[in-house]
Amino acid sequence: MTIKEIQEQIITEFGNFDDWMDRYNHLIDMGKSCPLIDEKYKTKSFLISGCQSRVWLHASMSDGEIIFTADSDAVITKGIVNLLIRVFSKQPADDIIAADISFIDAIGLNEHLSPTRSNGLMSMIKQMKLYALAFKTKAANQ
Amino acid sequence: MAFDINKIRSDFPILNRKVYDKPLVYFDNAATTQKPRAVIDRITDYYTNENCNIHRGVHHLSQAATTAFENTREQIARFINASKKEEIIITKGTTESINLIAACFGRDILQKGGEVLITAMEHHSNLVPWQMLCFEKEASLQVVPFNDKGEIEMSAYKDHINDKTRIIALAHVSNTLGTINPVKEMIQYAHSKNIPVLIDGAQAVSHLKVDVSDLDCDFYCFSGHKAYGPMGVGVLYAKEKHLEAMPPYQTGGEMVESVSFFETTFNVLPFKFEAGTPNVEAVLGMGAAIKYLEETGMESIAAYEDDLLAYGTKKLKEIEGVQLYGTACKKTGVLSFLIDNIHPYDAGTIIDKFSIAVRTGHHCAQPVMDRFGIPGTIRASFAMYNTKEEIDQLVEAIHQVKKMFG
Repeated sequence: MTIKEIQEQIITEFGNFDDWMDRYNHLIDMGKSCPLIDEKYKTKSFLISGCQSRVWLHASMSDGEIIFTADSDAVITKGIVNLLIRVFSKQPADDIIAADISFIDAIGLNEHLSPTRSNGLMSMIKQMKLYALAFKTKAANQ
Repeated sequence: MAFDINKIRSDFPILNRKVYDKPLVYFDNAATTQKPRAVIDRITDYYTNENCNIHRGVHHLSQAATTAFENTREQIARFINASKKEEIIITKGTTESINLIAACFGRDILQKGGEVLITAMEHHSNLVPWQMLCFEKEASLQVVPFNDKGEIEMSAYKDHINDKTRIIALAHVSNTLGTINPVKEMIQYAHSKNIPVLIDGAQAVSHLKVDVSDLDCDFYCFSGHKAYGPMGVGVLYAKEKHLEAMPPYQTGGEMVESVSFFETTFNVLPFKFEAGTPNVEAVLGMGAAIKYLEETGMESIAAYEDDLLAYGTKKLKEIEGVQLYGTACKKTGVLSFLIDNIHPYDAGTIIDKFSIAVRTGHHCAQPVMDRFGIPGTIRASFAMYNTKEEIDQLVEAIHQVKKMFG
C-alpha cells in the first residue's frame, strides 16, 4: 500500500469511534503492539529530543525501502509512533520525504501536534523524514 | 471576613469557561494562577484611561501614571513588610530577579574556590544562574539533599555550610513537592556565619504571609503571575545596603542620573536597577492582585488551602497504586504523584480529557526527579478558588486512567 492508502485506512479505522475514550483506547492498544526496537538501539543516540516521554527511533534500508522501528516509555506516545511506523515504514525514501501527515488531523489527534504537548510528534515526523533523506543521499552517492 | 468560596469563584471569569464541553478544573496553579476580575479590569482601565510613560513627562497623564506606579511599589513593600520602597525592584519575574542577584551581587562576592549553596529541590531558575556563575568564577555549586518526605534537614543544611560558602539560595516553597522550608531558621544560621541568603519565593507569596523583615533575608524574589497577577512582572526585594553596593544590571534610559559621551552617573535606588520603560500595566495589575489577596486575607487563604491539601492527600492515598512525592509536614497545596507504573504523560493526557488541567513532567526541577528515580510526576497544585468537588473529579479521572492503562 502507498502512504496515502495507509493513511486512508487509518482514517476509516478511527472513523468507527464515537468518542475520545474509544480513540485513546485504540491508541493504547496500538501502543502495546508497537514493533519494538532492538534493545541495543535504546540509547541516547537514537533518542528523539523534544519529547516529554522518551522515544527511540531506528531506521535502516532494505530493497529500496526504509524500515523504522521505535519504542517509547509512554503508551500513548508509543501508539502514535506505531501509527507513524504503519504509515512510513517499508516505503521508498522519496515517498516519505514528500508525504503529508493529514491523517493526524483527520483522526482527531491534532492536539498532539501542538508544541505545548511536547510529546515530540513533530520531532518524530521530522526525524523520520530526515532518515529518509539521509538514506536517499547515501544511495545516490554509492 | 469569612472565606466565601462561591464569591471567590465568581471573581475569576475564566472559571466559567468550559473545556471539552465540561467546566474547567484548573489544578496547574503552581505554573500560573488565574486572574480575578479586579486584575483584568485594572489592566483594561490603565490602557483605557491612564496609558502613559512614567517618570518622564510633566503632563497630567504622566504624573498620574507615575504616582500609580510608585504607589504600587509602596504597596508591594507593605505586602512583604520591607522597611522601605527603595528596596523593591521591579523585574520581569522571579527568574530575572535571581539572575540580577547572581550577576550583580554573586559576581562580586564569589571568587575562585568559593562555594554557592542551593538545595536539591530548586527550580531550574534558582539553579542554572548559580551554576553558570560558578563556571565563570571557577567556584563550586554545593547542594543540600532532601529526605524521602521532601524535607531539608537542618543538620544536612549546616553540614554543607563552611568557610568557603559565599551565598545561599533557597526555595521558600518547592514547586514540585510543596515543601515549606524552614527559611527563617536557615537564614539565622547562615547569618551567624555572615553568609547572605536569597529566597526564591515564587511558590510562597500566594499561599503564605511573607514578612521579609521577620525573615531577615538579604534577597527575596517572586513573580506576579503566580500570585493572581499579570505575567511579565516580578519583584526583587533586597536590603538597601546590598543594592547600594551593587553595580547596575542593565543600562539605558530611566536608570541614569546624567549622561555625556564621557561618562554616565546612575540614578538613585530603586531606579538604578530598572533600565528602560517598565511593564506599567502589569505592575498596576500586580497591585490589584495584592489588594485582592489582602482583602481575602492571607490567613484565610492559607487555612482554606490547607484544608484542600488535607482532603486531596487523603483521597489520593485511598487510591491503590497512587504514589505521592513530597509528604513534608509543612506543605502548600501541591500534590505530586504517579499512578502505578503509568507514565505521567499518559496519565496527564487522559486527565486532560476530563477537563482537568494538571501539569506533567519534571516541573523544571529535573534533579528532584533524579532523586526519586522517576521520569516526572503528575502535579495538581491548588489555589484559593479550587474545591473539594474538583478534587473528587480528579479522583474519578485517576480511576479512569487506571482502567485504561491497567
